Amino acid sequence: MSKNVGIVIVSHSPDVAKGAADMVRQMVGDDVPLAWCGGAPGGGLGTSVEAIMTAINAAWSEAGVAILVDLGGAETNSEMAIELLPEERRDRVVVCDAPVVEGAVMAGTEASAGSTLEHVRRTAEELRAA
Amino acid sequence: MNLEPALQRKLIQAVADQVIQHADELVALDQAVGDGDHGLNMKRGFEAVLADVDKISALPTPEALKAVGMALVMKVGGASGPLYGTLFMAMGKGLPGQATLVGVSDAFAAAIDAVKARGKSDVGAKTMLDVLVPLSAVLHQGGAELSARLRACASAAATATVPMKATRGRASFLGERSIGHMDPGARSSELIVHAILGVLEQEEIA
Repeated sequence: MSKNVGIVIVSHSPDVAKGAADMVRQMVGDDVPLAWCGGAPGGGLGTSVEAIMTAINAAWSEAGVAILVDLGGAETNSEMAIELLPEERRDRVVVCDAPVVEGAVMAGTEASAGSTLEHVRRTAEELRAA
Repeated sequence: MNLEPALQRKLIQAVADQVIQHADELVALDQAVGDGDHGLNMKRGFEAVLADVDKISALPTPEALKAVGMALVMKVGGASGPLYGTLFMAMGKGLPGQATLVGVSDAFAAAIDAVKARGKSDVGAKTMLDVLVPLSAVLHQGGAELSARLRACASAAATATVPMKATRGRASFLGERSIGHMDPGARSSELIVHAILGVLEQEEIA
């Protein structure tokens, strides 16, 4: 298991989520645990709490997991997914307030340097004001 | 407090039917101010609840409410999943031991607070809270003809979201252009409350 913070990308569109994940992978190779999910339960645009939980577990790292989301429902569903995780994992997952594609690439790059979860989150969130 | 399984089944069926029958209307409302998926999302959620109606109705009421909430959380696919899911789950958690109006009213108020926290929102942002919060006040007052007053309150409160400007959710992207449309979440809250009251009136509980 990687010591680096894991990255999860959550979009309403599976195409967007996968595309963003491809861009992260291009930057960081296999140095960072990475998972993505997109689409409502049963298909169509949306997000699924269950799929987000699966993605968090797939990208799990003892250093924690940073989630990048696109729009409202993706954020609310991600927060719900975090709450449904086992207690010992809940405090080590954060939702970044950052644009999904740029945020994921920045967070992934920061994570590949071995930075802490808080540092990874701050790096992604620097994009907010930009 | 604990409701009979038969009554729980009627309540679940009535709420699910109401939401599913109005799915197109909710889609149309959401197309005006959002991404147009509210009706389909809610329909998918309540179809999942209906699929488990036998199992859920047989549970003690607090557990049944939690099961309804969890089905919505898992199956809706939009923000309304965690929002309505939290409402039902928190209601289940807060139900009083004995069925009293004060106890139920307090549980409803606590559930609304949980929805506020989940959605990081409050009244006036053109959301479901603009229906739930006024309803909570009427429930808290109690008194004569409570069911009729709750019905009227839900409808008036949903209508009152029409002139509001959305500051939360996808509708907030529209800014001023969100004015003049009813909030789809306010409408679905009205529909759900009317369905519940319909059953309680029929059973002469309310």
